[in-house]
Amino acid sequence: MTDLTASSVQPTDVVPARSRFPVHIAVFLAPALAIYTLFSIYPLIDTIRLSLYAGDETGLRSFVGLRNFQTLLTDPNWSSQFWNAFRNNLIFFAIHMVVQNGIGLGLAMLLSLPRLIGGSVYRTLIFLPTMLSVVIIGFIWQLMLNPLWGIAPSLLKAVGLGSLFGPWLGQESTALLTVSLISVWQFVGIPMMLIYAALLNIPDDLLDAATVDGAGPFSVFWFVRLPLILPTLGVVSILTFVANFNAFDLIYAIKGALAGPNFSTDILGTFFYRTFFGFQLQVGSPTMGAAVATAMLVIILVGVLIYLFGVQRRLQRHSF
Amino acid sequence: MTLRPGRIAVHIALILYTILALGPIFLILINAFKTRRAIFADPLGFPNGQTFTTIGFDRVFANSDFGLYFFNSLTVTVVSLVLIVLIGAMAAWALTEYKFRGNMLIGLYLAIGIMVPIRLGSVSILRMMVELNLVNTLTALILVYVAQGLPLAILILGEFIQQIPKDLRDAARCDGVSEYRIFFSIILPLISPAIATVAVFTMVPVWNDLWFPLILAPGDGKQTITLGVQQFIGQYVTDWNAVLASLTLAIAPVLALYLLFSRYLVRGLTAGAVK
Repeated sequence: MTDLTASSVQPTDVVPARSRFPVHIAVFLAPALAIYTLFSIYPLIDTIRLSLYAGDETGLRSFVGLRNFQTLLTDPNWSSQFWNAFRNNLIFFAIHMVVQNGIGLGLAMLLSLPRLIGGSVYRTLIFLPTMLSVVIIGFIWQLMLNPLWGIAPSLLKAVGLGSLFGPWLGQESTALLTVSLISVWQFVGIPMMLIYAALLNIPDDLLDAATVDGAGPFSVFWFVRLPLILPTLGVVSILTFVANFNAFDLIYAIKGALAGPNFSTDILGTFFYRTFFGFQLQVGSPTMGAAVATAMLVIILVGVLIYLFGVQRRLQRHSF
Repeated sequence: MTLRPGRIAVHIALILYTILALGPIFLILINAFKTRRAIFADPLGFPNGQTFTTIGFDRVFANSDFGLYFFNSLTVTVVSLVLIVLIGAMAAWALTEYKFRGNMLIGLYLAIGIMVPIRLGSVSILRMMVELNLVNTLTALILVYVAQGLPLAILILGEFIQQIPKDLRDAARCDGVSEYRIFFSIILPLISPAIATVAVFTMVPVWNDLWFPLILAPGDGKQTITLGVQQFIGQYVTDWNAVLASLTLAIAPVLALYLLFSRYLVRGLTAGAVK
C-alpha cells in the first residue's frame, strides 16, 4: 500500500518548482483535505486529547494526565472488563486468522485450478454474504441457531450429529466461538478473492517448470505458490486485524451492548460503546470512552507497525 | 469433455461450501412468505398455496417506516458516493498529475485514514455534531462517510488516472485549455469505469453501517435501514413473520443489486488486490 503513494510522484512535471504554490492544485486538493481533516483526523486527535481529561457531574473538564489509563488498566472495576474484552478480541482475531483465512485460502486454491467450469459462479455466490449488513447476518444466524425454530438441530440430526447441538449463543463457554464463526462465515469471501487474485498472477511457466522438475502438487503448492502469495497473506492478515479490533456491529446485533452471557462475547468495540454511552446502572463517560478509544488506537497502530516493519519488509514482492 | 475424479471432488467441495454460504439467506427468504405454523412445521419447504402469506410484510409496513428508512439509506449512500468520487477524483488528479512540494507528505497523510478506523474518533465526532446542530440529520452521516471513504477512493482513482494516456491532456494544454477544464471535461468522464471499483469499497460499508447511525442519527425518522431493522427486530422479536419479512426487505435490494453488478464488483475487488 505504501509503494503506491511513492509511485504517485512521477515526474509528470507541468508546474515549475517555484516558491508560490499553484492555485489550481490547491483548489483540486482543498475539498478532500478539508473534509478528511475535519471529520477524520481532527476527531482522532481530539479523542486522544480528551482521554487526558476527566469530567465531573457539572460537566466541567479538568486535565488529569494519564490517570484515565491508570484507571483503565489497574482499577479492579475497569481493568477486569478491559482485559476481558482484550482477551476475547484476541480470540476473535485468532479464530478469524485460522478459520476464515484458512478456508479462504483453500477456496482460492480450488477456484484457481486451470479450466475450472463455473468458477465465476462459485466466486460470485460464495462472496454474496459479505455484501450483506453484519446486523442482518447476525439476526439470520440467531434465527438459524434458535432452538425454538429447530433448523440447526434438525440439520445436525440429519447428518447424525444431533447430540452435539446446544444453545451455543447462550452458553458462556461457546458464545464467543459461535459469534466468531458467524463472522467468519460472512467474511470468508474477502480473503478468498484477494488470494485468488494473487494466485492468478503467478505465471503458468513457473508452475510448469516446477512440475517438469518433478515436483508433485503438494510441493508445487508449498514451495512455489505459497511463497509467491505471502505478501497477499500479509495484507489479508493486517486487514483482518484492523477489522477485528474495530468490530462492534455483530456482537451488538446478536448480544446487545452487554455482550452476554456474562460479558463472554465482550470485545473492545462493545466495551468502548458501553463506556462512552453507559448502560443500565453505569453512566456513560465521554472522557473514559476517549481513553478506551485511544487504547484501541494504540493496539491497532502497534499491529500496523508490526506489519509494516516486521512483516512487509521481509516479504519480497515479486513482479513478473 | 470428461471429468476426472479429482475434478468431481473439487466441484463437490465447492458446491457444499456454496450451499453453506447461501443456505441461511435462502431459508430466511422462503420462510418470510409462510404462515407461522408452516415456518415451524416445515422450515425447509417452499411456500405453497396453503402456506403462502404476506402477513409479515403487512405488519412491517404497518408498524414501522420502512420506506422512509430505505429512502434515508439511499440518500446517504448516493450522496456520499457522488461526493467521494468527485472530491476524491479532484485530489487524486492533483496528486498524480502535478509534481509539487508536499505531494508525498499529503499521500502519507491520507494513508492514515486507510489504516486507522474513523470510528475511534466517535467521541469527538459526536461532540462536533452536537455543536453543529447536526445530530439526527443525514448530513452528519454523509460528512463522516465522505471523510471515511476518501483515502481509499483517492488511492484507487489515482491508480486509474495514471493509466490514462498523457497525450490527451498534453494536446489540450497546447490548445491553451485551463487545468480545470482538462479535469472536468476530459479526465472526469474518462474515470467512470473506476467508479464501480470505488463503489465496492465505499457504498457497501456505508449502506451496511450500524455504528454511526446508532451514534449520530438514532431517531427523528432519520434511521438508516440497517438501524431501522435492528430497532424493529428488537421490538418485535417474538413475531416471527414480521422478523423474517423485515430481514427479507433488508436483504432484497442488496441481493438484486449484487446479482446485477457482481461482475463489476468482483472484477474491481480482484483488480484492487493485484497490487
